[in-house]
Amino acid sequence: MEFLSYLISGISLGSVYAIIALGYTMVYGIAKMLNFAHGDVIMVGGYVSFCAVSYLGLPGWLSVVLAMAVCTALGVVIEGLAYKPLRQATSLAVLITAIGVSYFLQNAAQLIWGASPKGYTPLIPTTNAQGEPNTLRLFGGQLSISYISLFTMGACIVIMVLLTLFTNRTKLGKAMRACSEDKGAAQLMGINVNATISLTFAIGSALAAVAGGLLCSFTTSLMPTTGSMPGIKAFTAAVFGGIGSIPGAFLGGILLGVIESLAKAYISTQLANAILFAVLIIVLLVKPSGLLGKYVPEKV
Amino acid sequence: MLKVNDINVYYGAIHAIKGVSFQVSEGEVVTLIGANGAGKSTILNTVCGLLRSRTGSVEFLGKNLASLPAHKIVELGMAHVPEGRRIFQQMTVEENLEMGAYTQARSTIEPGLERVYGQFPRLKERRRQVAGTLSGGEQQMLAMGRGLMSGPRLLMLDEPSMGLAPILVEQIFDIIRQLHQAGVTILLVEQNAQMALSVADRGYVLETGKIVATGAGADLLRDETVKKAYLGG
Repeated sequence: MEFLSYLISGISLGSVYAIIALGYTMVYGIAKMLNFAHGDVIMVGGYVSFCAVSYLGLPGWLSVVLAMAVCTALGVVIEGLAYKPLRQATSLAVLITAIGVSYFLQNAAQLIWGASPKGYTPLIPTTNAQGEPNTLRLFGGQLSISYISLFTMGACIVIMVLLTLFTNRTKLGKAMRACSEDKGAAQLMGINVNATISLTFAIGSALAAVAGGLLCSFTTSLMPTTGSMPGIKAFTAAVFGGIGSIPGAFLGGILLGVIESLAKAYISTQLANAILFAVLIIVLLVKPSGLLGKYVPEKV
Repeated sequence: MLKVNDINVYYGAIHAIKGVSFQVSEGEVVTLIGANGAGKSTILNTVCGLLRSRTGSVEFLGKNLASLPAHKIVELGMAHVPEGRRIFQQMTVEENLEMGAYTQARSTIEPGLERVYGQFPRLKERRRQVAGTLSGGEQQMLAMGRGLMSGPRLLMLDEPSMGLAPILVEQIFDIIRQLHQAGVTILLVEQNAQMALSVADRGYVLETGKIVATGAGADLLRDETVKKAYLGG
């Protein structure tokens, strides 16, 4: 029963990683760049949601919707100002720019909201009005799952399904896949490549905002650096699953959450992150393209 | 229909196209022939907007293309089947064809597929297959079919015979003849000068970025210098 409870908390943590990793992997798939500022967009989403609840008195769900709108705009602006001028530049230049954007966002947040942590009210409170915990009790109370965990897992599955349908069934989604394979050929089809890249950043950033709300609901605190560690872990998850692959990001995120949770429970809390990254290294040694990495057949 | 006037294209410091001018009229098949590296593909890439000329102009249907991005030029009715096919390997055959009709209304996709499948029955058999698993000849058919999906006024083919077995080359050129008879205007770039000149109304011979000869396809086929240089004596 104890194991099951750790497993479930791992899956729900992994769901947050998966949502972040989806943003990483989509942007990588199309722009062929690692957007290291992605984690910090999560943090901005968290702060926007925090402000909407604390200062405007909005309900939690509405605050996340607002955060999604702000982060979408932020993502498109970052792409347009920082990355678009570097479209022809070397990937190293783009990578360094992304790290720069990451520091910029962290420092801007520190300037606006200060360095000390803010208390974040979980989207679903831990207890209800009667003071009873908001949890689902199973097996006569032996196993309890908080509603926020359930909600997180549900949100992750819904997002994953919607993204898959979008990229496989819609015209814009297919255009995205075309761009990710060959931008020149996509242009020859009449696809506006720049607009498609912007759209990808918009979707990824909106997902980051959702992840921000969920992540802060677990940690219940918020600082300018809140996004960086989950950002790096989600990047790991994306590589782990096979970067560029949507199901890969999902699988990688969930597995990473589970490994982290079990390592914390049974091995060592301090070593959990080290174990996590060690697993990544092993997977990449055995299968360099990641778990679901694409095998690209080439025929001439 | 297409008027290219004194274009000069550079790759960094390399002067690849040196003052080239030519034109293509409605319904014609025009070919650019020349050795590897003569600049044939560079010219097509400049016409379709992937590359830019420093001078002169490219006019299509009376419109100057200088300020238009490549994806807007497609909307005007130009389709470019690039060198090396560049089909979307991880997408299915049908998805590739749908991408070809990206600029067109949704209602044109069904009749477009119908038309292309009529032209290339093999593609219909493989419509659900991932394009990367097709053979070289099938991939070339897919690339041409994809180009035809937008119902273009001008079809530009870059080395459609490259890397194909002789029997497939015949097939591809048969299709070019059929398209010509159906009234499609075609600009054809080929290393296989013999084949290209035999289907073309007119041809231009390109040498290190310059046009060195021009004339009717049949005349160029008989021209002594052209014969020596490109047709193996």
